[in-house]
Amino acid sequence: MIGIIEYGIGNIGSILNMFKKLGIEAMFVKHEDDIARCDKLMLPGVGSFDVAMTRLHSSGLVPSIMKHTIDNKKYLLGICLGMQMLGKSSEEGSMPGLGLIDMKTVKFIGKIPSNLKIPHMGWDLINIVNPDDSLVNDIIRQPRYYFAHSYYVENDKQNEILMTCEYGITFTVAVRHDNIIGFQFHPEKSHIFGMELLKIFAALK
Amino acid sequence: MYHRPRIIPCLTMIDRGLVKTVQFKKPRYIGDPINTIRIFNNKGVDEICILDIDATKKGYSPDFEFLQEIASEAFIPLSYGGGITTVQQIERLLYIGFEKVIINSAFISNPDLIREAVQLAGSQSIVVAIDVKKNLFGQQHCYCRSGSERINVVPLDLAKKAEAMGAGEILLTSINNEGMMSGYDLQLVNEISSAVSIPVIANGGASSIDDFYSVIKTAKAHAAAASSFFVFYGPHRAVLITTPSEEELIKIGVYHQ
Repeated sequence: MIGIIEYGIGNIGSILNMFKKLGIEAMFVKHEDDIARCDKLMLPGVGSFDVAMTRLHSSGLVPSIMKHTIDNKKYLLGICLGMQMLGKSSEEGSMPGLGLIDMKTVKFIGKIPSNLKIPHMGWDLINIVNPDDSLVNDIIRQPRYYFAHSYYVENDKQNEILMTCEYGITFTVAVRHDNIIGFQFHPEKSHIFGMELLKIFAALK
Repeated sequence: MYHRPRIIPCLTMIDRGLVKTVQFKKPRYIGDPINTIRIFNNKGVDEICILDIDATKKGYSPDFEFLQEIASEAFIPLSYGGGITTVQQIERLLYIGFEKVIINSAFISNPDLIREAVQLAGSQSIVVAIDVKKNLFGQQHCYCRSGSERINVVPLDLAKKAEAMGAGEILLTSINNEGMMSGYDLQLVNEISSAVSIPVIANGGASSIDDFYSVIKTAKAHAAAASSFFVFYGPHRAVLITTPSEEELIKIGVYHQ
């Protein structure tokens, strides 16, 4: 069972819709007891960093998410802002992130040519930089994914970077630290390419 | 560099039916939205924009139940506009599976809504729609309430205001060109797109993929929306859902590999 963390933020309906389409069991989780029933968790998120962190903390779910991820070593997948929340900090806000991966979120403004529009919005190709990882080595054709973001994560550990993308600069769009995974793009809105990836995630042992 | 500007079917709706207008008037029934969305999804279009053009005029809230059904058919980005006046409605639309909400009339009557919405949902989820009509003397005016009410602001100022309030995108529609299938208002699109740093989606007038090329390459639109182009076929405008193939769009230079 995949649990989609419901904390008042994000397009969680789309994620559940895609799992339904794929015939994969998934549910929204709002209570600690729900988390115990899940072997994988997803942390969705759109919006601004501090609002999302505040809501996640007030949901009371953070201790169970930490227990699931750190003590029980079960999978946690953050999507978009949810990926950024896995890191330590964000230039978008002043609150600390969950600190599960050693990375920080920074803004595009000032780092990419000014003729490029911000947000980075639309479909883009990605480069797979760690092709042996079990999350990406089953991807058959060149994927393109849907992006919508004004901030991106900086991660210094090369072995944790699974995919990068180019938009004025090359930046990380998929990270993995053991059982903790993050995607900057929206697999739930990336049609067949997103379906392929979520299927692989659902099958991870 | 890979570049795939979004080509977006923009579907207008009245009372749970799809309609196609000409210059925001004469709505003609086209078909069932859910079925249409399913077809567009199967064809793998870049994004879909859904507008309820009656909601604000009649004072309705978004039809959440129906919109949820629509969202469950689409595994591509979806935006919705029509009758949105509160942050709670925006939250609910994101919850049921829309990535973006489109705000037009409420931006005029309550600009702070944009700021609040951005605070909650982030810039990338908030689109401001600007509808523009040129009069006989070539003067541009913005309109709200589905083109029925004129506002005393020029498009450029409204676009800059939307950007300043934190909107992540502008959906720019030429009322004169809408439904005419005579091409986009390239001058208008170029003017607005050059003046803001957020993406501008051009809408109104597309009749061929050449129009997509012109509006993106010449007028610097970030994305191109269209409706008649996607739902009509042939000189007599028979209703048929069609989308350009990826190969055609690469060949003409809209997409770059």
